[in-house]
Amino acid sequence: MIAVRHVGKRYGATVALDDVSLDVAPGTIHVLLGSSGSGKSTLLRVILGLVAADHGEVLVEGAPVTPARRAHLIGRVGYVVQEGGLYPHLTVGGNVRLPAEARGRPPRELETRVRELAALVGFDEAMLQRYPAELSGGQRQRVGLMRALVLDPPLLLLDEPLGALDPIVRADLQAELHRLFGRLNKTVLLVTHDVRETVLLGSTITLLRAGRVVQQGTFADLARTPAEPFVTEFLRAQTPPPELRAYL
Amino acid sequence: MRRLALALLVLGVTIAPALADDVVRVGSKSFTESYVLAEIAAQAIESAGGPRVERRVGLGGTGIAYRAVAHGSVDFYPEYTGTISRAILKDAGIESVAAIRQGLRPLGLTISDPLGFENTYALAVRADLSARHGITRISDLVAHPELRGAFTSGFLERDDGWPGLRRHYGLALASVRTIEHALAYQALTSGSVDVIDVFSTDGRLTQPGIVVLRDDRRFFPDYAAVLLARTDFVTTHPHAWAALTHALVGRIDGPAMIRLNALADLQRRSARQVAAWFLGREVTDAEERARLARELGTLTLEHLGLVVAALSLAVLVGLPLGILAARSPVAGQAELMAVGVLQTIPALALLCFMIPLLGIGTVPALVALFLYALLPIVRGTYTGLATLDRQLLEIADVLGVEGWRRLARLELPLASVSVLAGIKTAAIWTVGTATLAAFIGGGGYGTLIVRGLALDDARTILAGAVPAALMALLFHLLFELIDRWLVPHGLRLVTARPR
Repeated sequence: MIAVRHVGKRYGATVALDDVSLDVAPGTIHVLLGSSGSGKSTLLRVILGLVAADHGEVLVEGAPVTPARRAHLIGRVGYVVQEGGLYPHLTVGGNVRLPAEARGRPPRELETRVRELAALVGFDEAMLQRYPAELSGGQRQRVGLMRALVLDPPLLLLDEPLGALDPIVRADLQAELHRLFGRLNKTVLLVTHDVRETVLLGSTITLLRAGRVVQQGTFADLARTPAEPFVTEFLRAQTPPPELRAYL
Repeated sequence: MRRLALALLVLGVTIAPALADDVVRVGSKSFTESYVLAEIAAQAIESAGGPRVERRVGLGGTGIAYRAVAHGSVDFYPEYTGTISRAILKDAGIESVAAIRQGLRPLGLTISDPLGFENTYALAVRADLSARHGITRISDLVAHPELRGAFTSGFLERDDGWPGLRRHYGLALASVRTIEHALAYQALTSGSVDVIDVFSTDGRLTQPGIVVLRDDRRFFPDYAAVLLARTDFVTTHPHAWAALTHALVGRIDGPAMIRLNALADLQRRSARQVAAWFLGREVTDAEERARLARELGTLTLEHLGLVVAALSLAVLVGLPLGILAARSPVAGQAELMAVGVLQTIPALALLCFMIPLLGIGTVPALVALFLYALLPIVRGTYTGLATLDRQLLEIADVLGVEGWRRLARLELPLASVSVLAGIKTAAIWTVGTATLAAFIGGGGYGTLIVRGLALDDARTILAGAVPAALMALLFHLLFELIDRWLVPHGLRLVTARPR
């Protein structure tokens, strides 16, 4: 579904991506894991054709993607970013309908689809009339997801979708995403720095550090046979120490 | 976007209707005597049952008034032989009426016979000073270099003014300052200056306490009053021209003109009242007030028309230019610079540049105001679009929102606060700048301001300035409403509640 081959990208003297390769098989959920500055968001934007790679290539559904050649992605890829990336002047409904209107979908069909999606994320009719500034962080994130799904794309790219939320809402939404991904049967590429999110949602993982792939595999692979000490270090950093676990 | 288009439509382009039918256009410069003579001429044609008369009076100085008649924007205006030979024919040696006519012929212009009086420059001093030092002639000033002079800027610069006079008489004064003509008499009588330049027919010369010095060594040339007219007007309107000649030529001597000027300047009669009095009729104060009220109504419409038309054009052109500037960095910078340079030209100068191209009146004023309103609109649009959230633009790329839809649905609404701020600034500037349109016969409230300045009449100035200020205020309020209407609700929520 997505194939990244030896992609490199520099911003001046900074190496953002260094010979990165990965494959995302149809129907799987792949997580790009790493701390901030590891190059995971850049990789996502290269895959979307928003940023040109210096070398290497990206194939989505078998077709190469570059900033000049990304038309075939439209309608095939849903994109969700931190805080939802909503247009503040459009209502929830307006934001969700936007990509479908741009594709010239018939209004009747579109209304049905919007209602379906609202039900999926647990919104009522009144919510569709609200503006992004009137929503909580979690609600905005749901709108971002609805908008990404409105054209029913086979591929879903999520860039730290829950990054800006407080811990309780975040945990709730992680569970909700887990449930949704199970039902939707999409190919998903998720960018996060959160190990818990990775374990809960991801089937395969690419761990990035300073633009370089450290290790690829399942969580079990990473945990049991770490390629470098850094892998263990990274996974442990977000786990509460054993003496505290007793309290939870 | 649909709302914006609708708003533009509502503003509408109300370009003044083209002039039709037979009409005589009378011009004047912006000082009392010129207003009075033009009004006498206008009433003479009207009472002779001639064609409709349009008054395009208060056209600034010689430069504007001459261009107006040469371009055909007015048919004639009162002028002086000395000014014609020096400022227009550029040859001080051409003095006689016949020689001037010959010089004007290739320009398609001619002059009437002299009206009967001369208006030359002269120097005046206080009567007590004159008595104390025995100063009655200009040459008497040579012995008094301690005196302080205050001259109008025209007199200070013209070679037939102070520079020439000083050389001719060998004069030196302790200090020489620039002063507005209307304020010079007050400065003289209050004792803050000792010598001023005057026109020999000033109404204020009837006041006591002022002595005009004799030009004993014959420096100042003759400035016989005449009508400077287009030759084609004289040939196509023989009756009107005959009526003018009959009413004016040889009818006004020096003392008569001083009296007419005094009526206007000192007794605060309007040019219309003075002209009617001269022609043996009467216009009562009540009639005059009613006419002024009607005039204010007309001027309001003219002013509003200028502002709305100039602003609408500026929005129609400035918005696309701003979008273009935001799209291409190189062309954008060049464009912003070009529009910025336009802004550095003083508004009055910009208006004057329009005369050789478009003559005088509404159209050149409109073009100048339009050019002036461009910068804030282009800049507001450019800034709004250039500072949009990059992530939101990338998302539009991913969602496949492109072309017009992207501009209309996303970019312009997101930039609307900045775009509207630019338009609002332009609107308020234009209301103010439009008062200058009167200098080139463009009408509007400035007509009263120019007239009031010329007549040193604060009430007339205020009658123009106060409504202009009110109109600016109204535009401000109007745009507050337009803001509420055009800035999307969701965007206002964000600006009201910054995260």
